[in-house]
Amino acid sequence: MPTIINWVLEPLQYAFMLRGLAAAVMVGIVCAVVGTYVVLRGMAFFGDALAHAILPGVALGYLVGGGSRSSLFWWALGTAVIAALGIGAIKKQTQVKEDTAIGIVFAGMFALGIALISTVRNYAVDLSHFLFGDVLGVSPQSLWLTLIFGVLVLLTIAAFYKEFLTLSFDPILAVTLRLPVGLLENLLLALIAVTIAVSLQTVGVALMVAMLVTPAATAYLLTHRLPVMMGLAATFATISGVIGLYLSYYLSVASGAAIVLTATAFFIFVFLGKRIQTALLVAAK
Amino acid sequence: MYPHSHHQDDQSILDLHKITLRYNGRFALENISFHLHAGEQVAVVGPNGAGKSTLFKVVAGVLQPTSGKVKIFGSTPRKHVCIAYIPQRSQVDWNFPVTVADVVMMGRSAQLGPFGWPKKHDWEVVRHTLDVVELSDLASRQIGELSGGQQQRMFIARSLAQEAELMLLDEPFSGLDLPSQAGILKVLEELKRGAVTVMVATHDLEQAAENFDRIMLLNQRMIGFGKPDEVLQPEKLIQAYGGRLRSVDGENVPALEDFYERERHAHHH
Repeated sequence: MPTIINWVLEPLQYAFMLRGLAAAVMVGIVCAVVGTYVVLRGMAFFGDALAHAILPGVALGYLVGGGSRSSLFWWALGTAVIAALGIGAIKKQTQVKEDTAIGIVFAGMFALGIALISTVRNYAVDLSHFLFGDVLGVSPQSLWLTLIFGVLVLLTIAAFYKEFLTLSFDPILAVTLRLPVGLLENLLLALIAVTIAVSLQTVGVALMVAMLVTPAATAYLLTHRLPVMMGLAATFATISGVIGLYLSYYLSVASGAAIVLTATAFFIFVFLGKRIQTALLVAAK
Repeated sequence: MYPHSHHQDDQSILDLHKITLRYNGRFALENISFHLHAGEQVAVVGPNGAGKSTLFKVVAGVLQPTSGKVKIFGSTPRKHVCIAYIPQRSQVDWNFPVTVADVVMMGRSAQLGPFGWPKKHDWEVVRHTLDVVELSDLASRQIGELSGGQQQRMFIARSLAQEAELMLLDEPFSGLDLPSQAGILKVLEELKRGAVTVMVATHDLEQAAENFDRIMLLNQRMIGFGKPDEVLQPEKLIQAYGGRLRSVDGENVPALEDFYERERHAHHH
């Protein structure tokens, strides 16, 4: 028994590990709750595209700041909001199919980001941090930003709970109830954008979509109520964050990847569990 | 933020004046004019693609007509929250994680106002409307667990919770067995007492003739609008259904055949 306790306590003596755990848990909760709408509205590709599209903004901040990371959050936030509303506007054009248009913009922006970062010598390490996250390098300052913006996102979701629910389930009802549909649509896009900016350092742009959809999808398999789905998703994300970081610590695996793999394992476990349960029920009849 | 126009009793509930809607250069609706009295129930019939859904969405203020005017109680639909559009069942995500009561409560979003949460009164309204459509026992079921007829009645309850005075039901009977259809007709009968005005899109001419005050025959243009026996005339039906008289949607239309049968009998006597 004491060995297990030691196993759990040992990493906690490091401040970077404590900060990393705090960041992983906060980011996990915010991503999971926002991700509930991403899953229900079929916006996974949009989320993935948006995460990748912020790279040029982050790269620009990185170049302007001479490699300093302290202001990168704001660059990420600005780019994410602009890109989200831009992609939202693309949806309204009718010449090219929506997913094609998003694909073009997303790949183009991503390439621009890589091109910008590659102008710096020895860029590989920093690029990999942007792509895959560096949760153990989280500073106390960015931890505060994560907390403040995370709480802001959750409060907004709570304040517009019934509006987002109505809009997501039946957009025509939202129109006939004369809810401000355009405003709400853009608000939701902006919330996803803020979530992505907040999560940048924890999981990086390439793994972001997993934080948005995987815990929410796992929860979706288990419940028929939206509030329960949000709570379950947040729980799966929190546990995945903690387990992922311990795996990262003991197995020397990249932290972002470890968190995402843990979340994926939960999904597979629940998915197969449901399958087996259904099969048993059928067999029982 | 959530506008709401007030009603005056002496106005007709719905007035359409020369409504035309072009979509991708094609006429979806052409020069439609009519008005409805408060509390009447109207069936809208016509072949697939006749513009029934489009007409409903224009009336609800969801689609903007290319030209013409829609007036609900004398003003534009975009100011009213008293119009309920009930979607075709195929348009709904039945796996969405909401219960029957959740969906009905959505109808109260406008009444609750920005940042408002359901109060005791709102839950009472939801319970009452579920009573009206006889779904009280299923209030906490996930919506996918309901039968087709129950799903339709749930949406009617939602419209009641919305305090709708004009309900637009888009093909509520399609895909339902006869008892389920009867259940919906019973609820519609109930709505008459509340003086709710109802428009129902349907394919079943015979059922429309039996159960509705007036029938609107639509195929982009308005081909007829009036009492069933005035509208369901062979020449008008041919105008509406054209060469597809015997087959709408690849299915036979027994109502039409029955109708001709009755016509022949009537002429013999």
